[in-house]
Amino acid sequence: MSGHSTYNPTSGIGKWMDARLPLARLVHDSFVSYPVPRNLNGFYTFGGILMIMLVSQIITGVVIAMHYTSDAATAFESVQLLRRDVAYGGTLQAWHAVGASMFFVAVYIHIFRGLYYGSYKEPREVLWILGVVIYLLMMATAFMGYVLPWGQMSYWGAQVITGFFSAIPLVGETVREYLLGGYSVGSATLNRFFSLHYLLPFMIAGVVILHVWALHVTGQTNPTGVEVKSKQDVIPFTPYATLKDALALVLFMALMCYFVFFLPDYLGHADNYIPADPLKTPAHIVPEWYFLPFYAILRAIDFNIGIPFTDIVLIDSKLGGVLAMFGAIVVLFFVPWLDTSDVRSANYRPLYKVFFWLFAINAVFLGYLGSRPAEGIWIPLMKATTFWYFAHFLIVMPLLGFFEKPKPRPASITDAVLGKAELSGASQLAGSTAAPETKS
Amino acid sequence: MRPSWPDRPLHQKQKANRQDCCQSCITLVAQFSIERLNSMKSIVSKLLAAATASIVAAGVFLGTAFAAEEEGGTAHYPIKKPREQSWSFGGPFGKWDKGQLQRGLKVYTEVCAACHSMNLLSYRNLADLGYNDDQIKAYAAEYEVTDGPNDDGEMFERPARATDRFKGPYANDKEAASANGGALPPDFSLLAKARAPERGFPTFIFDIFTMYAENGPDYIYSLLTGYPEEPPEGVEVLEGLYYNPYFVAGNALAMAPPLSEELVEYTDGSPQTVEQYAKDVSAFMMWAAEPGLAARKQSGFIVLLFLLIFAGLLYFTKKKVWADVKH
Amino acid sequence: MSESDHGETNRRDFLYIATGAAGVVAVGGSVWPLVSQMQPNEREKAAGAPVEIDLSAIEAGQLITVVWRGAPYFIRKLTESEIKAAEDAGQAEFRDFQPADERIAAPEGGSKEWTIVAANCTHLGCIPTKIDTGFEGWICPCHGSKFDVTGRVTKGPAPINLPLPPFAFADADRLIIGADKA
Repeated sequence: MSGHSTYNPTSGIGKWMDARLPLARLVHDSFVSYPVPRNLNGFYTFGGILMIMLVSQIITGVVIAMHYTSDAATAFESVQLLRRDVAYGGTLQAWHAVGASMFFVAVYIHIFRGLYYGSYKEPREVLWILGVVIYLLMMATAFMGYVLPWGQMSYWGAQVITGFFSAIPLVGETVREYLLGGYSVGSATLNRFFSLHYLLPFMIAGVVILHVWALHVTGQTNPTGVEVKSKQDVIPFTPYATLKDALALVLFMALMCYFVFFLPDYLGHADNYIPADPLKTPAHIVPEWYFLPFYAILRAIDFNIGIPFTDIVLIDSKLGGVLAMFGAIVVLFFVPWLDTSDVRSANYRPLYKVFFWLFAINAVFLGYLGSRPAEGIWIPLMKATTFWYFAHFLIVMPLLGFFEKPKPRPASITDAVLGKAELSGASQLAGSTAAPETKS
Repeated sequence: MRPSWPDRPLHQKQKANRQDCCQSCITLVAQFSIERLNSMKSIVSKLLAAATASIVAAGVFLGTAFAAEEEGGTAHYPIKKPREQSWSFGGPFGKWDKGQLQRGLKVYTEVCAACHSMNLLSYRNLADLGYNDDQIKAYAAEYEVTDGPNDDGEMFERPARATDRFKGPYANDKEAASANGGALPPDFSLLAKARAPERGFPTFIFDIFTMYAENGPDYIYSLLTGYPEEPPEGVEVLEGLYYNPYFVAGNALAMAPPLSEELVEYTDGSPQTVEQYAKDVSAFMMWAAEPGLAARKQSGFIVLLFLLIFAGLLYFTKKKVWADVKH
Repeated sequence: MSESDHGETNRRDFLYIATGAAGVVAVGGSVWPLVSQMQPNEREKAAGAPVEIDLSAIEAGQLITVVWRGAPYFIRKLTESEIKAAEDAGQAEFRDFQPADERIAAPEGGSKEWTIVAANCTHLGCIPTKIDTGFEGWICPCHGSKFDVTGRVTKGPAPINLPLPPFAFADADRLIIGADKA
């Protein structure tokens, strides 16, 4: 991250250190003088919130791991003893469990913000792909974390999800046995999941560093989708973005505390208060809410795919479901190239805007379907919504670029900002001739 | 490369002529605003139309879905939703009613404990209910637990101490199941949290705002008081099971109606009815599932209050700092 | 600077300071539970309750080791000659002198013949081994500290005597370790 550093150490020790390990310079350039577009709205605060959430999950995780035992015989009880007997144990455990959910709340807002404002477009493809990698790692971490309390949902969730791997042709069963460390989900599985659940967040942290690095190379997008063109377009990160992010963070924490202290079980499942029983499957196995859309896609494929008019099966329903589910995430990697429009922000894309909201509603509905049993009318609904999910990326996105007539865009961020001021009737064009009054 | 402005080519118009640039900017801004206003109107109306359409569509889908479900004949349990009660521990200021918990303990000890264990709790936990050390010691001493091995290598029986876990009625789950005709009486430690009949849409959304988290005790209460109801015509109850429309996993369960009038003697003048017993033991089970519930809500109130004040301060600080930046 | 400017500045400073202070409180409030959870949990605390020991079977000269809060304690019934040796020993022999009288306990109405001490060496925590002959009571296998029959250090790196736990005699035959009164 070279460039025009404005860091200027004044003290002797500051200069001495700067010549050897310019850590202070890195921090200064990344979080103090780093220029951000002046017109970022509240949806752009979720990157910062996510970073804090990752740290919060790692810290509470390390702390509650001090009280956890990863043995099938005692795991369930150790979580209860943590909640009942350890000072602040109940709060810390709820914080970690609710935190996982809130982490996904934030990441979904972050992803949808990216989709709305076209944040994945040239030159930010790598930034976007790193984000999808983080999302994948988060899913793996969350899944393995959910297994650790060793309740009924933990156990049967592990059973179902490791079952995905048995869908792989030829080697599937062997792969699954290697994952489980046995012929069924058991102590060996629990132990390795604990180990990996501890490891993965640090890998996420590594990719987050790359993600932020990529962000600082290309700079942030903004609601207009117009690149930063002049010094007038930007303001220094500190104090402007810092304060805005802090405010958003505190509000987000208030929301989280509402759940942690008043509804700690709302986002979980009652069956996970029953110790794991390998001989008894719960009536409805459902994953945590943040996996529900993918769970619906998994169950939408209940048919074999073969050569028509013959009995030859190319992909059986099990493999098909797993492929569709993973495909739903893999397709995200290609979004930068599937979107053919050269306009970034949906604010200037009248059609895309409508389809964006349709996609969002469809995604929420997919989530609801994921919580329904796979029977009756729910199955065709799952199929329809699954189709729309893929159609959005594979059909709508590529075609819109050709058929959509974008609206005129402002020439620069500053223009847009002043246009906004004019629209609201305040200070008629006052600022447009003079340089905007940025600090520093 | 960093995105800082000097690295990028200046805007063409700015490069060419600053005067021109400003002029064109003004025109552009003006044009842009009007267009934007118009287009926003159309976008908003389109969006509204789309949203309405999709909501209607979803509504129709759901309607047909529910209809289909009923016709499909796959039975869904419980037949009746739990009856919502008012609990002292509900809501943001929820607190334990110690008198009720003590009565609940009495019902548990004299009735439920004959079949149901509560193995995550220790006798010392009864201090929460307002008992002192001597009372707890005396309560625990009623039970014999196995300890050892002693210096001779033998296990021995001794009266339970405050630090011991609640002694269950059976040595292990297999014995418990076999003594009850194959149906294992569930452990009480977490039962009030492990039973939560589905709330359904849109109730589960309202629950966030009403802070409804008493599904478990409502369910237990409803189940315990739901036995007198007769099975409707056409509902077959298997031999050895007892019809109960509130049961979460079928139309009948293996537990016979456990409570009856005057079964447990209350010393505080509370009515000795099935209703009252059921309510007290449900509250007791909620306490058993989460003894720290009341403390959690108390600290939550302080934390939330603080965060809202902090957010207010940050809001005004941010406003002050941003005052001279149009954005 | 006009008066109103002053007011404005003060208000702003107050706002900034209040926000900063709230930030400090928020960080402190987050760190506190993280540190606080490290203390022994309720189960450990409850298990640390006093233990009761039956002394009736212990002969003079015999030593038993009991466990309280997971740590070992020596209970030794001294012989008459051991008591005499301990009482006669000169102050110069000890690094951390205490009169033998303070180190030997008796049940109410019983004779003074009990040594009740923590069994972890005050140097680095190993458990000393009993010496059966002579004036010396214990020797620590790790670094050679020596203690007399009442647990007073006589040689080696241990800086202080083996500490006495809180204890009380419920009656002549029953000792309670962990509480000052029965």
